[in-house]
Amino acid sequence: MDFLRQPWHWSIAGVLIGLTVPLLYLIGNKPFGISSSFRHLCAACLPKTPFFDYDWKKETWNLFFVFGILLGGLLAATLLANPEPVKLATSTHDQLAKLGVSQFGQLEPTDIFSFSGLLTAKGFILIVVGGFLVGFGTRYAGGCTSGHSITGISNFQISSVVATMCFMAGGFFVTWLILPLIFKL
Amino acid sequence: MDSSIIKTPSVLIEEGKNNQAVSETFTANFKYILVGIFFGVVFVKSEVVSWFRIQEMFRLASFHMYGVIGTAVVVATISTLVIKKFKIKTISGEQVVFSERPFNKGNIYGGLMFGFGWAMTGACPGPMYGLIGSGFLVFGVALLSAILGTYAYGVLRDKLPH
Repeated sequence: MDFLRQPWHWSIAGVLIGLTVPLLYLIGNKPFGISSSFRHLCAACLPKTPFFDYDWKKETWNLFFVFGILLGGLLAATLLANPEPVKLATSTHDQLAKLGVSQFGQLEPTDIFSFSGLLTAKGFILIVVGGFLVGFGTRYAGGCTSGHSITGISNFQISSVVATMCFMAGGFFVTWLILPLIFKL
Repeated sequence: MDSSIIKTPSVLIEEGKNNQAVSETFTANFKYILVGIFFGVVFVKSEVVSWFRIQEMFRLASFHMYGVIGTAVVVATISTLVIKKFKIKTISGEQVVFSERPFNKGNIYGGLMFGFGWAMTGACPGPMYGLIGSGFLVFGVALLSAILGTYAYGVLRDKLPH
């Protein structure tokens, strides 16, 4: 059990995440993708517009899948919880401390990613504006890290290679140039 | 075979589409919960859900995330090639369908926007669900905001460059 409680090595995680792709193909002819769940939830719960007018019930599997991810998170954080604080690269720790992050050791900096953090300007921007960009951007791009970067590239799609390069470019831009401004608020 | 395409021909539904011809019962969907649980455990235990790990990645301070995504791509590519080469069938005997996502400018504009959001929340869509399960309940707010973002895209779609 101790072996399972430690943080898992990147090679083990990479193999297991990669195997999800053939697993979903073979148990149900499903392409591995997660951001689609946002669209199905819109189609199921919000007023219909042409983009959301499709048979979302045929895509129910995807909602079961993401609910499973939530349960998996619960399992990992309870039964398999790591008793040690999260180890972070020294350079990143120092750079983030300099920006103003004060809570290290958990998976998230809880001074920002908590309900009290949500009420601060930087917490609101990172959580609410950031979340909005994730939802808008993934659908505009046609997929996220799972649908494009893993499934799409494994199927040799140019669109997925371009999208992945743009995910990274956008992330570098915000990390180096925008986060320092947000943390000054 | 696929009523969703016939019903709304103008709308791309290729993204993440269910390609199984035989419809599944409600209970058959429970196997996807099991896959999700497995996947969620991997996500949280490998710490790819962590805002800190995403920061390390964008600060080029650790190989961890590159190792995870790189290995996943290699394993997924080999598996996909094997399925194609040996024409491996699904458990219900169907031929596996590989949905194509043709290139459009949205891959660039949308990709950049998602990149911005990824560096801000430190979470792509999968980790949002995993983090809520791990007890970081404020990611429920990020998730609701992401759903609204997807809705906003759907409403504005015809006005955006593609």
